[in-house]
Amino acid sequence: MFLEVNNVSKSFADKDRGTFEVFSNIDLAIKENQFVSLLGPSGCGKSTLLSMVAGLESVTEGTIQLDGQNIIKAGPDRGMVFQQPSLFPWLNVKENVMFPLKQIISRQEASERADHFLKMVHLSRFKNHYTHELSGGMQQRVAIARALAMDPKVLLMDEPFGALDEQTRHILHKELMKIFQETQKTILFVTHSIQEAIKLSDRVVVMGTRPGRIMADFQVDLTRPRMRDDEQVIALERKVMDLLESEIDKVLKDELSHENIH
Amino acid sequence: MKIFIKRLVFLFVVIGIWQLVYVSGVFPDIAFPSLILVFESLFNGFTSGDLISALLASFRHLLLGLSLAILIGTALGVLLGKSQQADETAGMYLVALQSIPSIVWVPLSILVFGFTEFAVIFVVVLGGTFVMALNVRSAIHSVPPQLVRAARTMGTSGFSLFYRVEIPSSVPYFMSGIRLAWAFSWRALMAGELLSNGPGLGYSLRFAQDYARMDQVIGIIIIIGVIGAVMDQLVFSKLEKNVMKRWGLHKS
Ligand SMILES: Nc1ncnc2c1ncn2[C@@H]1O[C@H](COP(=O)(O)OP(=O)(O)OP(=O)(O)O)[C@@H](O)[C@H]1O
Ligand SMILES: [Mg+2]
Repeated sequence: MFLEVNNVSKSFADKDRGTFEVFSNIDLAIKENQFVSLLGPSGCGKSTLLSMVAGLESVTEGTIQLDGQNIIKAGPDRGMVFQQPSLFPWLNVKENVMFPLKQIISRQEASERADHFLKMVHLSRFKNHYTHELSGGMQQRVAIARALAMDPKVLLMDEPFGALDEQTRHILHKELMKIFQETQKTILFVTHSIQEAIKLSDRVVVMGTRPGRIMADFQVDLTRPRMRDDEQVIALERKVMDLLESEIDKVLKDELSHENIH
Repeated sequence: MKIFIKRLVFLFVVIGIWQLVYVSGVFPDIAFPSLILVFESLFNGFTSGDLISALLASFRHLLLGLSLAILIGTALGVLLGKSQQADETAGMYLVALQSIPSIVWVPLSILVFGFTEFAVIFVVVLGGTFVMALNVRSAIHSVPPQLVRAARTMGTSGFSLFYRVEIPSSVPYFMSGIRLAWAFSWRALMAGELLSNGPGLGYSLRFAQDYARMDQVIGIIIIIGVIGAVMDQLVFSKLEKNVMKRWGLHKS
């Protein structure tokens, strides 16, 4: 399989409890050019898993492989888009997109490639602007262009549209779908929104918490673009919602009982 | 423009009151000279070249001292900012050293270097180094971890990460460090020169005191004030503001 998460566990050192295990024995296999969403209650370890695939967090147990290679550190074969755009404020828009290219290709080539991807996210007009002169949605588009420009094998996205308003999010969904179809990337997408996950993905992986685990894996075999009022979409939403609600209830009860003890 | 006129009017009012007090003769002339005499002695100082050579000497001390302070302070700051070990061990002492008024270093410096120009420069270096180091340290600590993570996912690491992300990200705080280092060094310079055997503006000031030349004393104080204000307002604050704006750090 293209991207393989094999029997992976993650623990953090914890002051009170010694170690704190976020999740254990996670298995996930993703095909090339697949769009997979990770859904789950807050704190179940979605960001942690994504950071491990990116190589930003170490793997406590198990292995993660991309194209047969073990992932041990961060690298340009995995592009990441964070919830905050994380652009460099001392560089203008185009220089931001060229940042990952400087070390690997000539200036001329880098410039052309940056132009290409800025056009793809419809920001050519703003390439000489500084990032703080852009709206949040525009900044996030620059971040997407920057991740795409280094031509990664996988695009990792951690709630990339979480901080945006409904309207902007809708527009960016459309853009992302277009990019996904044009570039044939493999995308691993973390979100809180069931609707977003179903609208965009080929597969929706639902995680549970305490202990962190994968609870369900839904194939979404619906033609794109998907409409919100499509019956099949609604049926799937309901199914995921039921699954998640019991899990979120569990977290709430757990937290409440904790508070009663203290 | 309106502000400029207000300030000009204020200046004339102050000069007017000064001259009135002088004419009234409440204070002896030696303690309260006519402003005309002050400007005359300033004029004479410049035309005779005395003040110019004093100014040049002061600038020489400042330039050397401040450059060294910025260099050493930056090196120290980077060390403390990058190495937690070093910070835990020495960081507190740096804060303590920073709190020592620079005039306190003058006797020490004179005992070590004698009444030389280098003694003055040494005081200037001490005056600026610690504040520079502290600012560079916080500059490095202030690099947003999120930017470092983003850079790492783009294959940037090691020295390249330091050079392409941490340094540019620190520039605004670095600029504040330079402005503060200048302010501290400038004060240290005057303290050092006052107690030195010249040459320099501070030395000229004490020389004037020894000869009870209040007109010269006031003239030199005016020069020192003007230089300080011009450097701070027109050079360093402006530089810092431009950098802040460029880095998107201040919304106006
Ligand atoms: N650096 C760390 N040190 C210790 N614990 C951590 C660290 N990072 C994450 N955790 C813990 O790991 C768990 C999972 O965190 P993570 O950020 O992956 O959750 P998430 O599923 O992304 O949540 P959300 O949906 O709120 O973003 C949390 O309980 C968190 O407290
Ligand atoms: Mg998260």
